[in-house]
Order: sequence, then C-alpha cells, then structure tokens
Amino acid sequence: MIDQLFQFLISGITVGSVYALVGLGFTIIYNASDVVNFAQGEFVMIGAMSAIFLYGAGVPYVLALVAAVLITMVVGMLLEKLAIEPAKNASVVTTIIITIGASIFLRGAALLIWGKDIYGLPPFTKDVPISIGNATLLPQNLYVMGGTALSVLLVRYFFDRTMTGKAILACSCNRKAAALVGINVNRMLLIAYGVSALLGAVAGILVTPITYTSYDSGVMLGLKGFCAAILGGMGSSMGAVAGGLLLGVIESLGAGIISSGYKDAIAFIVILGVLFFKPGGLLGQADSERV
Amino acid sequence: MRLAGLYMLAALFVLLGLIFPDSYYVTVVGVTVCTNAVLAISLNLLMGYAGQISLGHAAFFGLGAYASAILTTRYGLNPWLAMLAGLGISGTVAFVLARPILKLKGHYLAMATLGMGIIIHIFFVQADWLTGGPDGLSGIPEISIAGWPINTDLRWYWVFGTLMLFSTWVSLNIVDSRPGRALAAVHGSEVAAQMTGVDTASVKAQIFVVSALLASVAGSLFAHQQAFVSPESFSFFFSIELVTMVVLGGLASTFGALFGAVLLSILPEFLLVFEDFEVLIYGAILMIIMIFLPDGLFVSGSRFVTQLLRKRDAGR
Repeated sequence: MIDQLFQFLISGITVGSVYALVGLGFTIIYNASDVVNFAQGEFVMIGAMSAIFLYGAGVPYVLALVAAVLITMVVGMLLEKLAIEPAKNASVVTTIIITIGASIFLRGAALLIWGKDIYGLPPFTKDVPISIGNATLLPQNLYVMGGTALSVLLVRYFFDRTMTGKAILACSCNRKAAALVGINVNRMLLIAYGVSALLGAVAGILVTPITYTSYDSGVMLGLKGFCAAILGGMGSSMGAVAGGLLLGVIESLGAGIISSGYKDAIAFIVILGVLFFKPGGLLGQADSERV
Repeated sequence: MRLAGLYMLAALFVLLGLIFPDSYYVTVVGVTVCTNAVLAISLNLLMGYAGQISLGHAAFFGLGAYASAILTTRYGLNPWLAMLAGLGISGTVAFVLARPILKLKGHYLAMATLGMGIIIHIFFVQADWLTGGPDGLSGIPEISIAGWPINTDLRWYWVFGTLMLFSTWVSLNIVDSRPGRALAAVHGSEVAAQMTGVDTASVKAQIFVVSALLASVAGSLFAHQQAFVSPESFSFFFSIELVTMVVLGGLASTFGALFGAVLLSILPEFLLVFEDFEVLIYGAILMIIMIFLPDGLFVSGSRFVTQLLRKRDAGR
C-alpha cells in the first residue's frame, strides 16, 4: 500500500509539475495584462509538437528542443501583438472570448499542420527505470521535476533581480505609473507573453516523452493551469506553482484510490470546494473589491 | 410596440415554414438554429442582463436531455412527465448551486461555472450504468402533441420554433419587469443595487434557475428529436459556443443573442467548404469580431443604423 501511494505521488508530482508551469505562465500573463489566457495550454502543445517534428525532420535533438521553445515564444508574442494589444480596454468576457478564439485558432492550425495522430518524443536520456522499494520511476520523471524546479527558480530570479522583470512587475502594479517612469509598457507585455509561452513550451517538452501529445492535448492542460492558478490564489506566482503540484498529487491519488475515469472531475470538485469556502485561494490574500 | 420585434420574428418563422416546407435549410438547419437560439437567449438572461458569466450552460441542456432519455428508455415514463422530471432536476441543481457560485465574480465565477459544466459532463461519460457512457443512449421514443406525432423535420421545426418564440417572449418580459430592472441594477453595480434594497443574491439565483429551466426544456426536446443522446453534445466546447453566440450578437440584447445563435449555427454549414480549414477559420472569426466589435455584431450594427437614421434626420 505504501509503495502504491509512493507511486501515485511520483506520477502526481510529474503531472503536477506541468500544471505548475502552465499555472505560472497563466499568472504571469494575468498579472501583466489582466487577461485570463485560455490559450495557455496551446503553448504546451505547440512546444511539444514543434520539438517532435523538428527532431523528426532530422534536426539534432537539443537544437530541436531549443528551436521549439523559440517557435512557441514567437507564437506567444504574436498572440499579444495581434489579438490582445488591439483589444485594449476590453471587458473580462471579451478578453476571455478572444483568448478562446485564439486557442481554437491555434488548435485548428495544429490540426492542419500535424493532423490528428498522437505523437511521442524520445526521452532525454536512456529509459532505465529506477526502483525505489516496489515503486519505479523513469529518469524522465526526474527531468520533469528538476526542469520544473529550475524554471521556477529562473522565473523568480528574472522577476526579483533583473531590470526587465521588475519593469514587468511595475506594469502589473500600475500601468500608467510604469509608463510615466519611462517603462515601455507594450514591450513589457510582449516579453511577459514570451516568458509565459516559454514556460508552456518547456512543460510540453519535459513531459511529452511520458504522456505523448496530440493537437488537442492543450485544452485540458490549459484548464488545469487555470485551476492551479486559482488554487494557489489568482495572481500569486508561487501560489500557482504550489497549486499545480497539489492539484497533480490530489488528482493522481484520487485516480488511483477512487476511479481513474473521474480523475478530471476530482480536480474540478476540489476547485469548486476551494472557491466556495476559501475564494482567495490557498496562498492568496482575500482581496477587497473596489466599488 | 414593445413586442414588435417578437411579432416580426414570429411572422418570419411562420413564413419560412410555409414557403419552404421541404428545404433542408429551413427544417434541419432551422431546428438547430432554434435550439441554439433558446439556449443563447436563456444564457443571455444570466450573462447579458445580470452580468454573470457562465461557462457551463451546456450542463443544463444536458441534464434535460439525459433526464428525458433515461426516464423514457430505461423506465418507460411518459415523455412529458420525463420532461417535467428533467425540469425538476435542472431546477434543483441550479437552485442549490446558484448561491455559492454566483457569490463569486469575474474570473472566479468563470472558473466555477466551467468546473460545474465539466463535472456534469464527466458524469455523463463515466456513469455508464445510467447514461450509457461515451456511446450514449439511443432509441428515445418520439413524442406527440394532442395525438399529433412529431415525426417529421417540418413538425420539429414548428415545435422548436414555438419554444424559441416562447423564450424570446419570456426574455423580453423579464427584462421589462421589476425583477428585470433589479437584474439591470445588479449588472450596473451590485453594491448600489443592495443599497436600494435589491436582494441581489436571490435575484441572481432566480435568473440562474430560470435560465437553467429554459435550457432543460430545450434539452428534453433535443433528446426526442435526435432519438439519441451522447455526452459529446454537452461538452465544455458547447458551453463555450453558447457564450460565443451571446457575445457575438451582443450582450444584454435578446435579439442579439438570437442573431448570434443564427449566425453560429449557419456558419459551420458554409465553413464545410473549407474542410480542414474549418476550425482555423472559426477561431479567427471569433477573435476578429471580438477585437474590432467588442459590443457584438447585432448591437454594433443596430447602433450604426440608428446613427445613420439620426444623421439623415438632422440633415433635413
């Protein structure tokens, strides 16, 4: 039983890492531009798909991964430039529909380019299972966890220590004030979308050797990222990471102990519970509403 | 005068049915249009007038459809009683969830309604002992009204069209009633509405239930018309499509919602020509309209026409 729980924990943290990265990307965009980006999951899919096809076309493995991340970042920035920026001052509902439109559009493009098949990516290193007691984990599980931890640390460093990161934070606090002290708000938004897309692509590349991917695999991931962000408290980036990991573990335990068919339902029931009883999220502050 | 739009709509609907009784576009596409119109109008009551976004409206449509499907096929219940039972179930679910869900705002409300829709959808897929699982339920019996069996496309057109006109009438009347004005106040500012003595929680809960009931009736009829239900018809994507219809036409306008429903129901028929590009174009159209006409096509369009008329009057 303990071994089994341990096994669930391993898979939970692996999936949770992806949710954490998607949630983190979600939060960065939300903070920078007040937009809930429903196309966040599409970044994961585009990152993974581009890597698979570049590698399949004969590009060296590492180069293919880097190029895939860059492609996804360009897509993220284009999204900001072409869809979000022209719709300034749009209401919450309008921006939600714009990003939903974007996610349908990207999915349609992926369907057109890559078709409906399910693809995998070879793991980073040889796939020799490591046994701990009666539980096993793949080296790729460790890469997912390590890669996520590294990305989160780098994001923290970026926002805490670099001028650009701080400028983005300034924009999310008060856009007008940021513009007044000479920050190019539009460029900061562009960078925020780029960073967010980068995180999505990294998540996709890390996890695809384990979970495989297809043109529509971004939908649920995006929604789960949204869940992670809310679970941790909307707007708190470390909250989103914690929320993602927690969500992954709860889901995996629920799937193992209760029923795997209801896996996704469990995640959303948890979210409803949190929203009903602690709407500020687990780590967020209770926000006061302006009248 | 207040209901002039409704009478025009009714006239158009009857004329189409009388002039083109054999047209595929009237009797088949027309039924889809009317179904979607009922759903969009009911969602617009919540989203447009009360200002409460819902990304899970398809769930109530599904509850109605599954209640009818299960009760008539598995328990041999009379279709009309099954429809009533569906109304009871949808109404109860909506009533129980209304207060905790509608307490939330903005993105939180979006998440909660989305979660509700997805949970109910997963239930349809997973509870196969009851719902038939992913394969759905077939063999749902036909219904008859006063001994008149509803067994042709044209007859279904009349049934769904009547429901559509009824929903329009309900919507127009609610908006101009006392609770409707309370809703408008909630939309404007919830705190201000409370200050003037509106019980905002109960007003929001009431409209949530009304909206769920309309969707449930549409669902029950949909189940009988298709003679088959499967979870696919009630997924997250359909909820999103409904929201899109409402916003595309223009929030807070009954005819806007109707217009959006007509447009989005017909659009796929035309996009079929583009085959593989269909999804791509659909997404692009959504984005472009929302970026450039955030108030919706119908509302922006009618504003444009009024302005034009005003200019002409001023020129005289």
